[in-house]
Amino acid sequence: MDVSKPTLAVWKLASCDGCQLTLLDCEDELLAVAGRVRIAHFLEASREVLPGPYDISLVEGSVTTAADAARIRAIREQSRTLITLGACATAGGIQALRNHADVAEYTSLVYAHPEYIATLATSTPIAAHVDVDYELHGCPIDRGQLLGVISALLAGRKPDLPAHSVCFECKRRHRVCVVVAHGLPCLGPVTRAGCGAICPAQQRGCYGCFGPMETPNLAAEAELLGATGMAPDDIDRLYRLFNTTAFADLLDAAGEKS
Amino acid sequence: MRSGDAAVLIDVADLSALFGALHRRGYTIVGPTVRDGAVVVAELGGAQELPYGWGVDTEAGHYRLRRRADDAAFAHCAGPQSFKDVLHPPRARLWSADRAPDGTPEVVPEPPSEKRYALFGARPCDLAALGVLDRVLTGGDHPEPVYTGRRDGTFVVAVECTEPGATCFCASMGTGPHARDGFDLALTELVDPDHCFLVRTGSPAGAEILAEVPTRPAPGETVTAAAGLVDRAAATMTRHMPDEPLPPLIAASRESPHWDDVASRCLTCGNCTMVCPTCFCTTTEEVTDLTGDHVERWRHWDSCFSVDFSYLHGGAVRTSGQSRYRQWISHKLGTWPEQFGMSGCVGCGRCIAWCPAGIDITAEAAALAASRTGQEQS
Repeated sequence: MDVSKPTLAVWKLASCDGCQLTLLDCEDELLAVAGRVRIAHFLEASREVLPGPYDISLVEGSVTTAADAARIRAIREQSRTLITLGACATAGGIQALRNHADVAEYTSLVYAHPEYIATLATSTPIAAHVDVDYELHGCPIDRGQLLGVISALLAGRKPDLPAHSVCFECKRRHRVCVVVAHGLPCLGPVTRAGCGAICPAQQRGCYGCFGPMETPNLAAEAELLGATGMAPDDIDRLYRLFNTTAFADLLDAAGEKS
Repeated sequence: MRSGDAAVLIDVADLSALFGALHRRGYTIVGPTVRDGAVVVAELGGAQELPYGWGVDTEAGHYRLRRRADDAAFAHCAGPQSFKDVLHPPRARLWSADRAPDGTPEVVPEPPSEKRYALFGARPCDLAALGVLDRVLTGGDHPEPVYTGRRDGTFVVAVECTEPGATCFCASMGTGPHARDGFDLALTELVDPDHCFLVRTGSPAGAEILAEVPTRPAPGETVTAAAGLVDRAAATMTRHMPDEPLPPLIAASRESPHWDDVASRCLTCGNCTMVCPTCFCTTTEEVTDLTGDHVERWRHWDSCFSVDFSYLHGGAVRTSGQSRYRQWISHKLGTWPEQFGMSGCVGCGRCIAWCPAGIDITAEAAALAASRTGQEQS
């Protein structure tokens, strides 16, 4: 075992596995990653588990059970740098729809034996429980950003994780604005960059899977969504998807102001 | 005649000969073409790719292609891109370096662009914008290498505006719709009775190219008709900047309550700066690969609408939307002339049409002017 290499651990809480699969999806770069780090804990890829502490921990998923809450604290204690992956880990994920509903009612509808379900009333992001060093947003995360952060950490430099709007990336790709030229609803102006404007580049509106950008103006965005013919309820639902808690907090704040 | 030799006419069918002459000299031709529901700037394989028969309807935050009754190729305005996209590209590698076997870094400078561009269909506002970028990016002690490399040896085919959009205000900025200089060839499109182009030469290179294209002398009445079309374009422009010197207006408006009003509508998304043909700001980013033996420095478009743009030690200076919009308009209309000796705004209207929220720089400037007048009277 090469003890000089930094160790990498990949952890999963309440999530779909899509974000950690992004690491396996780095086919061309996977050998290079494996050459620079010792993969110490990555159950999706290997049964071999090395004891901590770990230099880099990648965590996907949200905290939805008391066991998750204890586990993430244990992971934090063993991790030098902790990076959260994806909408679940950074914002609670789509499972945070429960946060504004009755969990007991949900479980009674979904499970044959709801008495076996031990769950918290809310789904919360990792940062609500422990300190997080870097957050990679998206559902799923962007492969290039993941590799960029790993490369940056190996080189000892700050990763480039912009918090500005998706529009920057859309325009840098010379794309035609779907709002202005097609009248489509698009959350790009209020959504954090990082995906490379993948949906607008296909002439579809952004649906905000990277969560809010640094200074989102939801009231102004509501004006332009309304101009595309969307009803207020539809606009509300558009925000209540993968980043429901992150956008909902802003909607609540905007509602209190108005 | 406004400049150059006696005007001649090129029939629309012979535009392909003009493209051919440029291609034979090795130019990569970039110009307007239809893609994804807009007239974009892209590399053109031939004259047939020009947007024949397409017009556009623009308004604040609104752009739609529209089929025309005629086959005009240059009846469009204010697309989502400009020649900035080509000459000052959104992303460019500045240099790279590899670690030598002995551990020392070996820097590899970026080779200059091998392409020489012919900019086809540059509008008078585009010519003005090129003048601004020339001044900003090549005029100082440290010419920007990417722009300089791409701009050197460009061939410019200007097309005067005969059909400005509702978002255009070049006449009030003094940049159009007549093309006065900054071109090798300038065309004025006539569709009635025959579809042809009145051509003026603006440089020896332009004359050389034109000699390879079939032309016929332009009758006096055609020259007059073409000038009349451009005069009419100027007269039909409805938007305009306030009729007063803008730098003192902007300076006096520093604490205007109007910035709060703009900020309530502004998404701080950065679209206005990205589509602006003169917004030149960039940032640099170091990219290392996983081996740690290779590093590259990239520069990419930045915008004063991002919080990071004003990051100094300890934090960002302009965190509010008010301060960021004020920064943009203050530089564009206020301090630019003092800094560069020319206006930063050329009146193309792109920031108006391509702002998703439809914020209108002419209306905001007018509101500032009106509120200042109000203050003076009270």
